[in-house]
Amino acid sequence: MARNKEPVVEDSFSKINRVKPATNALFIVILTLFAVTTVLPVILVFSISITTPESLTANGFQLFPSEISFTSYQSLFKTGSQLLDSYKITVIVAVVSTFLGVMMMAMYAFVLAQKRFSCKKFYTFIPFFTMLFSGGLVPSYIINVNVLHLYDTIWILILTSLVSPFNIVVLRTFINSTIPEEMMDAAQIDGANEFTVFNRIVLPLGVAGLATIALFLFVGKWNEWFTAMLYIENPKLIPVQTMLERIQKKIDFIRNNSSYANTPDGMTLLKSMPTEQTRMAILIISIFPILCAYPFFQKYFIHGLTVGSVKG
Amino acid sequence: MSVSLEQSKPKTSLGKNILAHFKRYWRLHVLALPAFAYMIIFSYLPMFGITLAFQDYKVSTGFFHSKWVGLKNFEFLFSNNDVWRITRNTICYNVAFIVLNTVLAVTLAIIFNEIYYKRTSKILQTLAIMPNFLSMTVVAIIVYGFLATQNGVVNQIMKAVGGQVRNWYGYKAIWPPLLIITYLWKNIGFSSIVYVASLSGLPQEYFEAALLDGASKWQQTKYISIPYMRNIITIMFILNLGGIIRGDIGLFRQVTQDSGALYEVTDVIDTYVYRALTTLNNTGMSAAAGVYQSVVGFILILVANAIVRRVDEDSALF
Repeated sequence: MARNKEPVVEDSFSKINRVKPATNALFIVILTLFAVTTVLPVILVFSISITTPESLTANGFQLFPSEISFTSYQSLFKTGSQLLDSYKITVIVAVVSTFLGVMMMAMYAFVLAQKRFSCKKFYTFIPFFTMLFSGGLVPSYIINVNVLHLYDTIWILILTSLVSPFNIVVLRTFINSTIPEEMMDAAQIDGANEFTVFNRIVLPLGVAGLATIALFLFVGKWNEWFTAMLYIENPKLIPVQTMLERIQKKIDFIRNNSSYANTPDGMTLLKSMPTEQTRMAILIISIFPILCAYPFFQKYFIHGLTVGSVKG
Repeated sequence: MSVSLEQSKPKTSLGKNILAHFKRYWRLHVLALPAFAYMIIFSYLPMFGITLAFQDYKVSTGFFHSKWVGLKNFEFLFSNNDVWRITRNTICYNVAFIVLNTVLAVTLAIIFNEIYYKRTSKILQTLAIMPNFLSMTVVAIIVYGFLATQNGVVNQIMKAVGGQVRNWYGYKAIWPPLLIITYLWKNIGFSSIVYVASLSGLPQEYFEAALLDGASKWQQTKYISIPYMRNIITIMFILNLGGIIRGDIGLFRQVTQDSGALYEVTDVIDTYVYRALTTLNNTGMSAAAGVYQSVVGFILILVANAIVRRVDEDSALF
């Protein structure tokens, strides 16, 4: 707030008080190098996916392939029914759980953001304690499978890690610091109940915070492979990332058992295996939507984290 | 609701209070209910499941009718030489991760903050956080692109310069630094955002005063920016410390391609538990290892928080 009052003075001040041009240039060089190391490996994967088989056998993986073809993508789009199924599951799971998770956590965070509410301490403790202590993998597995009967259903994919204490805290702090208390009080005096306040004030004004959490949840779900690895058998329910993992595992299996590759079973397995290019093409297709979307959300989550990460 | 009413029967006034409370606040309880129920079912119910660690669990007999075996699962776990190896690996990797990640992310944040071409800074920041949006499976395949024996980039460079072509997935020496680099590559960009966010809240007046006193940029960083971030650094540190006994299965299993030749330097508690569960089907010991992890993690957070509280109360988590 104070920043906007005297923009002219502010501006000239930051002009006086800045690093030397040489240091600035050095910093830019350092960061550019870092950015190159983050981007180059992804470009390498893309290059592999468009290398022709002949070029791959002759030269191996290359950053700049000598011969280019998009056959791996073409064949994927023609015959990739498994890829299509997996993509569908990934999208459904990511969308549904983002919506459910954000709503649940926003409602809970709104309750924690109340100034006068005697049960607030109790409700704050519940998520906090889960940060400190957890049952671990095995008890969760047994409860999910034997008590809740979620094995091999889409619900296990949707329901795992919907609510996280960290996100609740970020949202609570966000609500507390961006939505003036007086506004909520005024609404209540005018006869609005908590539901109305949540609907009409918190949801519209908390968009930046909600978008931040939504992005985290969505990316987390999109990239989730472990849940399906543990709980899913039905090929129609396998998300893209788990599909990638399975392909990789098949390749490892053959590599580790080279004698097996010569048996009839091994031969069929080898034949059914996607080529390196196809695998890299699947990888590119699997990360493409996220890589396109996150820069547009960057503004939101930097803002959301700025406000939300302050200790409250 | 009825439960709480029943409990307070002896004191009628309290009962009335509770009734009044629910009359006034029932909407808040309704709003809290979905997430509350979720946490009870998916976080608290499994906590009772730690009793599995004291049972000889059989699927046929189920959770309630399996035989109690006391500490036998723990005896089995700790009599095994593996437990020291996996504990050592888990803790050493995590210490390296936490220390290097904090130092580099804070440095990165200060650099991002100082560059005065703001647009360039934004673009570079966007690129720097990109790996955070990739899954570990994807990262594993990227690493494979470099290390694959036949076609991998590293072996081709080795061929070109006359170095030794190896099966890197069987060569232990490179893995500790490689796993640390992979972790940092994926995480520092995004971690730095929290610190960039924290720096943006720093009042300009501090710098104005410092400049008047003739402080150099380096002195400003050392005496204003870094101390200003101390709170958030400490909180992140305590939170990470709780995870010091946990290993990311994605990093230690996927990226190493679960190569048995590397277990000596790459096996961590989580990958071990996962293997014990899926290949040996040893539920009891896996559960015992889980309890061991939870208890040590819990104690570490409490100790770290107590130390921080003594040194600087504001930075403590609770």
